[in-house]
Amino acid sequence: MNRNPIQRLLVALILTVPVATVQAREDDIFAEYRAMFGEDNPAELVEMQGEELWNAARGPKQVALDGCDLGLGAGVTKGAYAQLPRWFEDAGKVMDLETRLLFCMERLQGLDVAALRKQPYSEQGQQQTDLESLSAFIAAQSRGLPIAVPQSHPAERAAFASGAKFFNFRGGPHDFSCATCHSQDGKRIRLQSLLQLNSVEGAKASFATWPAYRIAQGAVRTIEWRMADCARQQRLPGLVHGSQVAIDLITYLGVQANGAVLTAPGLKR
Amino acid sequence: MSMPVSITRTLFAAAASCLLASCAGTPDNVPVAGVDPAEARRAAIAASFEPKGQAGLDRLEQNDMQRICSEYEGQSVPNELAQQIIDAATAAVVFPADGNYFGDWRKGEWVAKTGTGLQQNDDPTQPSGGNCYACHQMAAEEIAYGTLAPPLDQYGKIRGTSEPILKYTWTRLWNSHAYNACSHMPRFGEAGILTEQQLKDVMAYLFDPASPVNLSAQTKP
Repeated sequence: MNRNPIQRLLVALILTVPVATVQAREDDIFAEYRAMFGEDNPAELVEMQGEELWNAARGPKQVALDGCDLGLGAGVTKGAYAQLPRWFEDAGKVMDLETRLLFCMERLQGLDVAALRKQPYSEQGQQQTDLESLSAFIAAQSRGLPIAVPQSHPAERAAFASGAKFFNFRGGPHDFSCATCHSQDGKRIRLQSLLQLNSVEGAKASFATWPAYRIAQGAVRTIEWRMADCARQQRLPGLVHGSQVAIDLITYLGVQANGAVLTAPGLKR
Repeated sequence: MSMPVSITRTLFAAAASCLLASCAGTPDNVPVAGVDPAEARRAAIAASFEPKGQAGLDRLEQNDMQRICSEYEGQSVPNELAQQIIDAATAAVVFPADGNYFGDWRKGEWVAKTGTGLQQNDDPTQPSGGNCYACHQMAAEEIAYGTLAPPLDQYGKIRGTSEPILKYTWTRLWNSHAYNACSHMPRFGEAGILTEQQLKDVMAYLFDPASPVNLSAQTKP
């Protein structure tokens, strides 16, 4: 596996310090690493690519996405991500940001998004997908704003309930559910801290930080990616991008996180 | 035990076709009159996944234990259901055919430290790991251990190697639900995650006096 110098440094440091201080030291290292960037978050480059995509006239209809309604009105980007997923009358379903972006690319620009839907995430070392760039840009327009995922429409409440239920769904050869790893506070896998995602505190700490620039992957990753990668580790089949389970889980996390200030896109290990 | 696969598939299909056809026009996740919510949920789950690598959709078909333990996650399971799970698990434990519980602790260490196997992106021709260290502390020398499950350092040194403790430990590895109805520990034997030989290797890693598990940090050379 190719590791960059910073990863090697991290691994070396983690391996040489006593266990009691590993956690604190690991946190320190990331704090230092973040500090090194100062105001320059590598996610910002991706946000800029997303901004260009958002404003560019594209697709057979040669229009920009500024006619796209992300929930707060056509073209309104500020604060939109903080209030997603939500119910969309024109689509007749609850959508998260990524699903909504694909909807607009297809509906407004006439783009064929089948390939993007099938491969929504970039492979390691490759260029970010349009969907990742757009997601980073839109998420950044909610940075510093409180999360306020709505629960006024019955379908939004049903998505929350259904997400809460799926959180406990045990399946696959290992019988893993989300709850297997994420239903206790202060636990870890190997040295990786785990958040309790069926609690308000844990959900806030998680939801507020996605999408994020993942140092280990050298790329911005979205919350849909996070859900799909958990399913992979659970030994489940592939979680379909924009599927009901994905949106229900994101709604479940988002509603619990309401009130927390969005810091995304940030940096993660 | 669980519903025959064919019936489960039929239910999947029936509920899925309802969502696609007669129930079209209603939001995905709003209860629809006349549709059993459990069936609708199963259909929604099946429609949310796609086969990937070695991970097929059959992995979403829950057995009785998975279904009951999902239902009661974070709560106490009613005694009758818990006993049903424990009895089924206990009855199905397969002990080593040759009566020998121990393999090679060095190979057991590999199993304990290896986390790959059975994921979408794993090579199905390679053996799976058991990933014990993801959740358990074991050898004192290994500091990268998880804390989701009880520590197992000095396992054999503390417990000895009497027949009951060997049977108990083998059963825990084979199917932990024989002791704890809704244990979070994978059924390494029963679900075919590890082979009999790998389980013996893990047993040796736990019990062998020369295994790092039974050496304290101070006595290590």
